Amino acid sequence: MSHETDRTLTVRALARVEGEGAMHVRVRGGAVEDVRLEIYEPPRFFEALLRGRRHTEPPDITARICGICPVAYQMSACLAIEAACGIEVPDAVSDLRRLLYCGEWIESHALHIYLLHAPDFLGYASALDLAREGRGLVERGLALKKAGNAIMELVGGRAIHPVNVRVGGFYRAPVRTEMAPLAEKLHVALDLALDTVRWASGFEFPDFHHDHEMLALVTPGQYAIDRGTVASTGGLSFAPAQFEDYVIEEQVPHSTALHARLAGRGRYLTGPTARYTLSSQWLSPLARQAADAAGLGAECRNPFRSILVRAVEVVYAVEEALRLIERYEPPAPCYLEVPPRAAVGHGATEAPRGVLFHRYAIDADGLITSARIVPPTSQNQASIEDDLRRFVAARLDLDDQQLTWQCEQAIRNYDPCISCSAHFLDLTVDRG
Amino acid sequence: MGVPTLAVWKFASCDGCQLTLLDCEDELLTIASQVKIAHFVEASSEIQPGPYDVSLVEGSITTAADAERIRQVREMSRTLVTIGACATAGGVQALRNFADVREFTSVVYARPDYISALATSTPIAAHVDVDFELHGCPIDRRQLLEVITALLVGRKPNIPAHSVCFECKQRGNVCVVVAHGTPCLGPVTHAGCGALCPAHHRGCYGCFGPMETPNAGAQAGLLRGTGMDEADVRRAFRTFNAGAPAFIELSQVTTGPPPGLGPRDIPGRVTG
Repeated sequence: MSHETDRTLTVRALARVEGEGAMHVRVRGGAVEDVRLEIYEPPRFFEALLRGRRHTEPPDITARICGICPVAYQMSACLAIEAACGIEVPDAVSDLRRLLYCGEWIESHALHIYLLHAPDFLGYASALDLAREGRGLVERGLALKKAGNAIMELVGGRAIHPVNVRVGGFYRAPVRTEMAPLAEKLHVALDLALDTVRWASGFEFPDFHHDHEMLALVTPGQYAIDRGTVASTGGLSFAPAQFEDYVIEEQVPHSTALHARLAGRGRYLTGPTARYTLSSQWLSPLARQAADAAGLGAECRNPFRSILVRAVEVVYAVEEALRLIERYEPPAPCYLEVPPRAAVGHGATEAPRGVLFHRYAIDADGLITSARIVPPTSQNQASIEDDLRRFVAARLDLDDQQLTWQCEQAIRNYDPCISCSAHFLDLTVDRG
Repeated sequence: MGVPTLAVWKFASCDGCQLTLLDCEDELLTIASQVKIAHFVEASSEIQPGPYDVSLVEGSITTAADAERIRQVREMSRTLVTIGACATAGGVQALRNFADVREFTSVVYARPDYISALATSTPIAAHVDVDFELHGCPIDRRQLLEVITALLVGRKPNIPAHSVCFECKQRGNVCVVVAHGTPCLGPVTHAGCGALCPAHHRGCYGCFGPMETPNAGAQAGLLRGTGMDEADVRRAFRTFNAGAPAFIELSQVTTGPPPGLGPRDIPGRVTG
């Protein structure tokens, strides 16, 4: 089937991604005519069902948007509601939040690196197939993931949909003696994380680069996770409260997918490679060293190398968690009361897959009157499609099976979380 | 008998319950050596055709296409187990069942006419026969392992049907209602989490859905006694298991006697 000038590649159910998506590529007359990353995950209407709920409820409710990155939803929700109510939590609470968030980065990145992405580079259908020949490798990945979940369980109370997060802080602060066993696990995990970077640096990466504007939060002096100013490689810099002035969601005529674009600029990319490119100078020395040894420069524009960036971020997150544990004193009180007031608040944090923006309007009784959530994958959709278009055009000599496999891999580079982006439902419309 | 085959399916959901399988870090590779994981799109790009010995189903039915797909899954599955609040009760997306889905759509989408969604989010059991339901938002990892183990050896899963209160006592938690006057759904909520929320000084918020025989009047009295108004009580039951019939009933019983005044004899007043 190769070398034909008219071909259609279809993957009806993308594997090893979170949620349900499909891919369509159509080639006509030897040129790529159409590329679609389709999201057929049914919509769940979170922004609608949040209306009329108490201002204390979004951390629990929005966590349910995504089982893989619930902390990201909880943290962006807390920041937005606290901003609306004019509350700033003490540093000790922020530090505990950052520790929890490190747990989610470790757990989510280890999942993606070992169980979803590495099988592509090594030629396996799944990590379970890989485990038959390289059990130790998969065990290392699972051990690393477990270390992330150990943070989630101690600080968050549960690995999936943590119960301990509340607007204003935490229901309960762990005591210092509970942190010691966690630190022991993380010391072991640090070696596993460094091994992961070395291992992944030996993979073969297709020669492919993009020129997308990259966007991430930045916190000068520190690698951005739990807060920050929005910045881009194109020189943009704005507060999360201005997010909706800069980021617009355009409805394209052939699709119901609301592709996020930068106003007057176009598609952009958020996520690990964007964070790395904008903040690599703020990595810890050890993470910086691991990145250098793996051959990552000051920026990363090859999406296939995102697996390396995730591995470096795991090193950073483990080290950062250890640093936070080392100086940990339980915040007292562990939360601030957050009395409601009629206002609008915005919050943005760095989910494992990129910037996650929340905005809530609250009335004087503390009931939510409107909500808006912009998850990373919907922001990246246009860039993923653009990558696919260029990637396919340069590889039309491959047969359908090989090309389809490589296209799937190109999509998995972005670790798309389709469950998150489901309210950007995309329907198939033939443009031919 | 050959190696049993396992399939994992996703409908409208957050992925968290199937992630729970991958969160069995210590057991995953052992499970994979005992069963053939024949269909698990999130974990493998290789999909084996059915039939399957065991299907784990996550998510609720919210589209006409999914209503058809679950029937096909049922036909292909010898044993079908639903996992999580979406699959067993419709999930948080079942809040649309109490609203106008067209209005919901117009809030989220600029072009609602492109969206095809059913007016309700319903559990899997509303569409096909289900052999076992595992509750929780998300499900508990240990309970999932128990279900898989039981199915492999051909016995009934040992999943207690009592309330979270029971687990609180087992764990030695201080009762947050008695000690702090904190509203708590523990008395009417299915056990399984290990009484996590009370252990974190917070009231249970019912993410495991209703226990078998909830006492509506007593629970309404307890909640009102902690200062909740009628709307608060309704909201408390309308979250992740909003579509569970017992929670619908509990959300409508918003007044009752305060705890300690013989609640068992005085039925609550139905207001909704």
